[in-house]
Amino acid sequence: MSDTAGGRDWQSHPPYLFADYRSTALRAPTRPLIPIKHCLSEMTGPVYGHEAVAPLDADLTRNARRNGEPLGERIIVTGRVLDEEGRPVRDTLIEVWQANAAGRYVHLTDRHDAPLDPNFLGAGRCVTDEKGRYRFYTIKPGAYPWANHANAWRPLHIHFSLLGPSIAARLVTQMYFPGDPLLAYDPIYLGAPEGARERLVSRFDLAMTEPDFALGYVFDMVLRGRGETPFESRV
Amino acid sequence: MRDLLKQTPSQTVGPYFAYGLTARQYGYPNSQIADGTLADETVSGTRIRILGCVFDGEDAPIPDAMVEIWQADSEGRYAHPADGRGSNTGFRGFGRQGTGTDSRNRFLFDTVKPGPVGGEAAPHINVILFMRGLLSHAYTRIYFADESARNAADPVLASVPAERRATLLAQPDPSMPGLYRWDIRMQGERETVFFDL
Ligand SMILES: [Fe+2]
Repeated sequence: MSDTAGGRDWQSHPPYLFADYRSTALRAPTRPLIPIKHCLSEMTGPVYGHEAVAPLDADLTRNARRNGEPLGERIIVTGRVLDEEGRPVRDTLIEVWQANAAGRYVHLTDRHDAPLDPNFLGAGRCVTDEKGRYRFYTIKPGAYPWANHANAWRPLHIHFSLLGPSIAARLVTQMYFPGDPLLAYDPIYLGAPEGARERLVSRFDLAMTEPDFALGYVFDMVLRGRGETPFESRV
Repeated sequence: MRDLLKQTPSQTVGPYFAYGLTARQYGYPNSQIADGTLADETVSGTRIRILGCVFDGEDAPIPDAMVEIWQADSEGRYAHPADGRGSNTGFRGFGRQGTGTDSRNRFLFDTVKPGPVGGEAAPHINVILFMRGLLSHAYTRIYFADESARNAADPVLASVPAERRATLLAQPDPSMPGLYRWDIRMQGERETVFFDL
């Protein structure tokens, strides 16, 4: 039963306390988690369908324009959301947020001395289709410094929030870019166990690239299965 | 049995989630899917408010946490196909609040008191907690201190060591009918019980 789908796989997820990421010190729970047998509370979660998204929500290159196009390299970020058995997870609400091409967030407390882009907000959302697919147009985010340690820089990343079929399958994560030299120094990325963190790195795909328009990156995500009897419902 | 796919690792929500996940609450121009108001006047049930704070290991209020709640309606029904009973019209049961807009970094949810789910379970609200410095989100539950009979029969509460159960109990605030106080403590003597689910 060791490969039964459903539990939170702590071989894949970062621990609460990770010394190199300093903010974990005072925020990590210190006592063992108490296991819960899945009942209706855990097997359900908020339901958002395609009515939750407006047409421009998935196009970050257009959803905040004021007087022109946002600056930076246009990209397409696409992929599939699957469960642990490889089944597409449809109707998953995906919310994304990110820095602009200069590495600056719109967020009021971001003090990084890099320019804001009047035509880029950096937030969007979409809902997966019947094959679990999603697709965003955006601008490749820039790296930015942070205060964790001397000369600390976050690798390029896009934040993802997924509301899947249940609260047990809730996922908030970050997507990274292939070949980024900053990954080797980033305690947030390195907080995920070796052998698992690599799954957070998107892959460049020429086939997803739109000629003369935008480079394509593919990022598939796997959510937890359905709980204790995952094989029952398989057709 | 074929191999399972591996779960995508969690990462912290970071310090800058506000304009992505809680935009309206923080005054950004874009929309958000859920906020601190779960129930308006049309929803039936006993109106309650839950007010609280998230404290770090030095008892300082955490100003950049995000609290999500998921609950059944006043008759114990979840608005989800797995429940199958449907729910009160217009009651989705999902709320989301950042702790960065209140002057004391509190969160506040306006909702209805959930009914008991299933036979034995005491009324409760499921909580998912995110913040900078939390690489994987944390799950906990809100129970109600004024439901002692049902709480005594609840199997999840029973699985929690007796001396820690109080961390899950929202306390009625005598200053205002329907107001409950419930704080989250990440560490320390009164560290909140977190669940692995
Ligand atoms: Fe970030």
